[in-house]
Amino acid sequence: MKEKIIYKKPDSLTDINFSYCPGCGHSTVHKIIAEIVDELNLREKIIGVAPVGCAVFAYNFWNFDVSEAAHGRTPAVATAIKRVLPDRLVFSYQGDGDLASIGMAEIIHTANRGENITVIFINNTNYGMTGGQLAPTTLLSQKTTTSPYGRDAKNYGYPVKMLELLSPLEGVKYLERVKVTDAASVIKAKNAIKKGFTYQMQNIGFSMIEVLSSCPANWRKEPVEANKLIDEEIVKVFPLGKIKDIK
Amino acid sequence: MANNNRMLIKGNYAIAEAAIDAGCRFYAGYPITPQNEIPEYMSKRMPEVNGVFMQAESELISINLVFGAAVAGARAMTTSSSPGISLMQEGISYMAGCELPGVIVNVMRGGPGLGNISPSQSDYFQAVKPGHGDYRLIVLAPHNTQEMYDFTFEAFDLADKYRNPVMVLTDGLLGQIMESIELKRKKPELLNQKKEWALTGAKGRKGQRIVSLLMDPGALEKHNFHLQEKYDLIRKQEKRYEKFNITDDTEYLIVAFGTVARVSKGTIKLDKDKRIGLFRPITLFPFPYEELKEVAKNVKKIFVFEMNLGQMLDDVKIAIENSEKIEFYGRPGGGVPTSEELLNFILKRI
Repeated sequence: MKEKIIYKKPDSLTDINFSYCPGCGHSTVHKIIAEIVDELNLREKIIGVAPVGCAVFAYNFWNFDVSEAAHGRTPAVATAIKRVLPDRLVFSYQGDGDLASIGMAEIIHTANRGENITVIFINNTNYGMTGGQLAPTTLLSQKTTTSPYGRDAKNYGYPVKMLELLSPLEGVKYLERVKVTDAASVIKAKNAIKKGFTYQMQNIGFSMIEVLSSCPANWRKEPVEANKLIDEEIVKVFPLGKIKDIK
Repeated sequence: MANNNRMLIKGNYAIAEAAIDAGCRFYAGYPITPQNEIPEYMSKRMPEVNGVFMQAESELISINLVFGAAVAGARAMTTSSSPGISLMQEGISYMAGCELPGVIVNVMRGGPGLGNISPSQSDYFQAVKPGHGDYRLIVLAPHNTQEMYDFTFEAFDLADKYRNPVMVLTDGLLGQIMESIELKRKKPELLNQKKEWALTGAKGRKGQRIVSLLMDPGALEKHNFHLQEKYDLIRKQEKRYEKFNITDDTEYLIVAFGTVARVSKGTIKLDKDKRIGLFRPITLFPFPYEELKEVAKNVKKIFVFEMNLGQMLDDVKIAIENSEKIEFYGRPGGGVPTSEELLNFILKRI
């Protein structure tokens, strides 16, 4: 009997094992991006820009062209690549420290210019790579290694909601917040990212998909507990769904 | 201007036009005096040649846009003035680490801090001893408008040849003066050289990457040795300098670059006894140590003149073992010396 292949590793992933912590959302998002790249037949025309942070090694895992960028400068690098090669698909992949803190100017101006790129924004409410410091997205009263008494607004300000911040900008065409805590939400996340890529292929303009992603290691939680925190608490601060869709 | 290769042009425009002629099709810049003519000119000129003009939200972004354009294989340039170059140092280091070509023009002004908008040479250090990490830029220092054009034009080939950022180090005076120059209007040698390393989509191949992060044990050390070998090759092949009025009878040697070298030529013409010659480093990296040492061998004194308080002076001291022969005169903070002023200094010290 001939075997029928119903599932395989996407061609757009290399053979290198993910180096992420158990339960971390990055691996899931990396994989669904690779699946989309395969499905849309983009492997030979997509160029990714990796951030500084946990996903700094993203280029080890994707079998397509990927560039490094300095911390937070990711959208600027992606912008220039897209301007030079407008017929390629260009995306940046950034964490919350990269995008919402040190790269705040880059993301706002890239969005405002309506650059025809797709931004994948991983929000895990802390700086994962450097050991779990407070990020702009850290929840109020959340303890991190630089907010040991919990985030209080007086000292640290409030969690930054990036999609809501970008939404009024006219150059921005599509914004959606998703999570990857269970099979159903992974499918939704995949559809959202696919839509972002599709919009770019149709020259519609700037899109950004925010993925609420767990960080069990720095949250000091078991992976299942970490996902539960997203499902029950984090979504209250960062509501899921479409924030903007011009189509 | 199309068919006439000779034109009267301002230094800053000469830089912009040279970049266009060299095949630069990506420019990013941010307003800062005294280089504003360049982004203004580029905003008009780039669309005419189907190039990309981007006004960045800061100099930090300018250099990262150039980084991205280089990643995609384009010839790219940014220009700024001293405080803006400080902001770019991060991105320049990344470009050097990633071995990306690109051209950075620094039209220097007075510092430190916001300083002023007068011409200066106080960024010599940040050009030849740049930001974090063990790396070098090729640094070209023009001293007239013709060289503003020529060196910018050549900078693109040099950048591609060595996969390294190249800096044109000039100042507000050279940026603002107008002179008649000859435009090259020829194709740069390496314009169509294939950039196999560029990220253009993994057509028929595995994905490739452009990175400076090398975490495997020993990998970064190895990369640094590789970069150093490249810099050694640059030292061997790209040293440039001018010897002006140097004869067997030269008793006093001026060492100066850029604007001050030009002022010094006036000093030499004023000298009735014809005892003074000029050694002008054109590449500040690689610095022509051996050539300077040779020229300085038989002179009585060496006068180092700069529009700062002694930055190139360090390199002159490396070149010349007997530093007792060296006299220094510098004008910091936007001061520009006159030819008479320099001659008076020489006459007082001999």
